[in-house]
Amino acid sequence: MSVQADTLSMPPADRQPRSRSPRRNDHRLRRSAVPWLFIAPSLVLFSIFAFAPIVVAVVLSFQDVQTFGGGQWIGLQNYSHAVTVQLFWQSVKNTLVFTLGTVPTSALIGLVLAVLLNRRLPGRGLLRSLYFLPMVVSGVAVSLIFTWMFNTDSGIVNSVITQLGGPRVNWLTTPRSAMATVVAAVVWGRIGFCMVVYLAALQNISSTIVEAAEVDGASRWHIFTHITWPLLLPTTYMLLVLNMIFSIQAFDVIYVMTGGGPGFSTTVLVQYIFRSAFTDGKMGYASAIGVILIVTLLLLSVLRNHLGKRAEENVA
Amino acid sequence: MSTIQTRIRGRKRGARRDRMTLSRWIIWLILLVGGVVMAFPVYWVFVTAITPGGLAQDSGLHLWPSHVDLGIFGQAFKANPVGTWLINSIIIAVIAVLLSVSISVLAGYAFSKYAFRGKNLLFGLLMVTIMVPIQVIMVPAFVIISKLGLVNTPWSVILPGAAQAISIYMARDYLNAIPSELIEAGRVDGASEWAIFRSIVMPVCGPLVAVLTILTFVWRWNDFVWPLVSLQKPSAYTISVGLASLNGTFSHPWDQMMAITLISMIPVVIVFLAFQRQFVEGIASTGIK
Repeated sequence: MSVQADTLSMPPADRQPRSRSPRRNDHRLRRSAVPWLFIAPSLVLFSIFAFAPIVVAVVLSFQDVQTFGGGQWIGLQNYSHAVTVQLFWQSVKNTLVFTLGTVPTSALIGLVLAVLLNRRLPGRGLLRSLYFLPMVVSGVAVSLIFTWMFNTDSGIVNSVITQLGGPRVNWLTTPRSAMATVVAAVVWGRIGFCMVVYLAALQNISSTIVEAAEVDGASRWHIFTHITWPLLLPTTYMLLVLNMIFSIQAFDVIYVMTGGGPGFSTTVLVQYIFRSAFTDGKMGYASAIGVILIVTLLLLSVLRNHLGKRAEENVA
Repeated sequence: MSTIQTRIRGRKRGARRDRMTLSRWIIWLILLVGGVVMAFPVYWVFVTAITPGGLAQDSGLHLWPSHVDLGIFGQAFKANPVGTWLINSIIIAVIAVLLSVSISVLAGYAFSKYAFRGKNLLFGLLMVTIMVPIQVIMVPAFVIISKLGLVNTPWSVILPGAAQAISIYMARDYLNAIPSELIEAGRVDGASEWAIFRSIVMPVCGPLVAVLTILTFVWRWNDFVWPLVSLQKPSAYTISVGLASLNGTFSHPWDQMMAITLISMIPVVIVFLAFQRQFVEGIASTGIK
């Protein structure tokens, strides 16, 4: 790769092996230089704003870097420190709870909606729009809307509960319900996405198979469990892993709604990284946690490819 | 054209309606109730934003405004630099769309139609960046931005955001479906590689450009974490960062907060309603493969 990049800056005439015929040279030259020119603008931006920061983050994770001073190599100390700190494990646990709360729920609701809305129903387009709409609402807006709706004193949710004779709930100020509220907000924003992905997959399923089964007198449930669901497995694996990546990266809703609190009850890993780097000023330590997270995500994606392939083989 | 199509579809649907059984009607009703619940938070923003004091302060249950006061928007604008935030967001979103869509289509074309050394490796590396949470690279990225003197400028959000691996992925995927024979034919005719891209490839990229434009606009408009770090003075905030900065300060009543929230949502909701089909296709195609 770097060889190719270097050759770009050389005069074109010099860079081809001499032994080939000039015409073929010309052709090959064009073929090899041109794609790099097309990629160059993206490559420059990626190098500066993605690749370089990733490399630096990995380097920082082995250093004692703080806001002021530091910068000595300390080997794996940041990593060994992380695994002994209770807050790290607390945020791992919170990340798991948050992920388990958001991923299967939004996927399942999305699946049910997609199956139901894939049939012909009156006003189907409008219904789909109602479910899609939350998808475009920004994380910040979602957070503020839910903070307002779940406000203890004048939120609509508590109004409804007290109207029905129930007690006021301190949604965002008690640890357990704070996590539940954050999860609800994220699920609300993500159902539309899951539904879209499932709808697209459903539309790829050939209707002749389904119709043939209908002619044979198979029930809807039977058709779903024996035809549709197996065909949706690759989509499901893909969606679950993608959702997991989203959930592990989810930041804005928690940052705005709870700031990771009350206590550390909603502090997930990315929140903890942000906190360590910007509030505590421990950049090296924050980078180490980040590297742990990236490696975990990479392993997840390998798993995704593996499971995806297996699912496809099963279908075939 | 599209109205004719919907009318035909409508008639077809009408014909099938006779076959709606009771169980189908029950499902339909459940879907409708569910849809109303899903849309309720958005409705609630709207109601809160046009109802002064009353709704926000007493604890009774109101589902619609007792009286309407559009003056809340004026108060919200006066109390906060909402106008500046909106302009910042528009500048960032528009330039980011132009830049990001152009370079992603160019890169996607190279990955789709050329063979070159290191192609798969480079593509793999680009895809890995999708998985890297922004928090992990925030500190080094911020150092780079400040070395370049871009902190508090729109470019600090535009440039890093223009490099979107997912957009390159979508562009490559779209162009894979375009027959390479078209391009070969251009080469046989002696057209330059750039001319081939301009006059053969670009004209068939309409749907791709539409999807990328819509998605990029929504992404940049809704962006939060990175602008939160790179834009540090209130006059440089985007609407999302500005909106979040109002949260938790007790001086901001909920009617004004929801008024600004509503304003922040309007552009994406319009884009979504106008281009729902492309939007949905875009999401489906990023997810599906």
